[in-house]
Amino acid sequence: MIALIDYGAGNLTSVKKALTAIGADVLVPRAPEELAEARGVIIPGVGHFGATRALHGAWMEGILGVLGDGRPLLGICLGMQWLFEGSDEAPDCPGLGLLAGQCYRLRSDAADGTIKVPHVGWNALSIRRPSTIIESVPDGSQVYFTHSYVAPVTDDAVAVSEHGETFAAVVEHGQVSGVQFHPEKSGDVGLQLLRNFVALAG
Amino acid sequence: MLAKRIIACLDVRDGQVVKGVNFEGLRSAGDPAALARRYNAEGIDELVILDVTATIEARRAMAQTIQAVARELFIPLAVGGGIRVEADAAAAIDAGADKVSLNTAALANPALITTLAGRYGSQAVVVAIDAKADGDGFAVYARSGQSPSNRRAVEWAREAESRGAGEILLTSIDRDGTKSGFDCALTASVSRAVSIPVIASGGAGTLDHFVDVFTVGRADAALAASIFHFAETGVRALKEHLRARHIPVRLSDAGC
Repeated sequence: MIALIDYGAGNLTSVKKALTAIGADVLVPRAPEELAEARGVIIPGVGHFGATRALHGAWMEGILGVLGDGRPLLGICLGMQWLFEGSDEAPDCPGLGLLAGQCYRLRSDAADGTIKVPHVGWNALSIRRPSTIIESVPDGSQVYFTHSYVAPVTDDAVAVSEHGETFAAVVEHGQVSGVQFHPEKSGDVGLQLLRNFVALAG
Repeated sequence: MLAKRIIACLDVRDGQVVKGVNFEGLRSAGDPAALARRYNAEGIDELVILDVTATIEARRAMAQTIQAVARELFIPLAVGGGIRVEADAAAAIDAGADKVSLNTAALANPALITTLAGRYGSQAVVVAIDAKADGDGFAVYARSGQSPSNRRAVEWAREAESRGAGEILLTSIDRDGTKSGFDCALTASVSRAVSIPVIASGGAGTLDHFVDVFTVGRADAALAASIFHFAETGVRALKEHLRARHIPVRLSDAGC
């Protein structure tokens, strides 16, 4: 059972459908207590970093409890950014702080017009080192992004992508992982990544 | 590098794709899910389902169509046509659409853009602009190009962006259905004016028309319907053509 956390940041339909398509059982817990049944937790989300405020308190404790038991956690898009210390998008709203670094806005290149922000569309992954979450994902695979803010490239970045600058596309630190792109909208490559997570959850 | 997107549009009426299709090997040529599957196998980057009917019965059929397509395809899916109020957008998104495309409703009630962006995020809100050359610029039309609005394309695109739109789907009324090429002047003028992606539509007839709209037209994505439906142009052949001309595209054998 994979718990998919609904905190009001975008709809969960696509992630749920993708997980169902690869044969995973999905639970959308109504309360943090229901996380007890989960073998792994996914934090999806699109939109403003301030929306993660809904995760403060009981949800945050529940998620940390899951990690304490050694169960894996995957953040998608905004959910991945939340794993970091915070974001310039909502400076007064701290992140979960499991990964070091602060998220920041991509620089658009208005004069030249070639680098638009938001970064929307298919872009290539450049793999920096092997990791469980991107097992069987070939270097150079193209995946679907839609975001304006990015996480910095730190030692936790197992794959990066580039849009005017290099940013973290996939992060992994112990049983915590995150993807800036949308695996549920990235065709076969995205489904492979979700399969890797479901396998980790066991 | 961010790839230029190739988007296929399915015009759907009563659960069937209209404008005709003649792909070999499709049991029902007009079945949207079958056509979507075919495009996905060929490497289409995104799909737009356009509801070209307006009755309540058809709207129910549309939800089924969206569900059928979204169940098995894991690429972005936008739905447009007949989205007038927030509840229409909610129905499309609940059925599995990732984005909704607003046209006439956004012109009549621009606040709807902000409402939907607030509820689903800007990435879920596409504002479709149908424009026609007029003097030294481009006039915006509502109701499938039937009614002139008092808007200018560049200004309306800027306003849509500031109200929370995540993308602009820009159709040239002059070129639509002509196969004489995209309107690169229109596309470039809007693309330069906004920071959000601009999807060019209307006029695709040859592979080089796509090259032109991505270079001269500064488009971020290009949308076509009949050129793909009639298999005049395979999606893969188009992408190989673009790649050979140094335009970044998504091809499954990567390497670019």
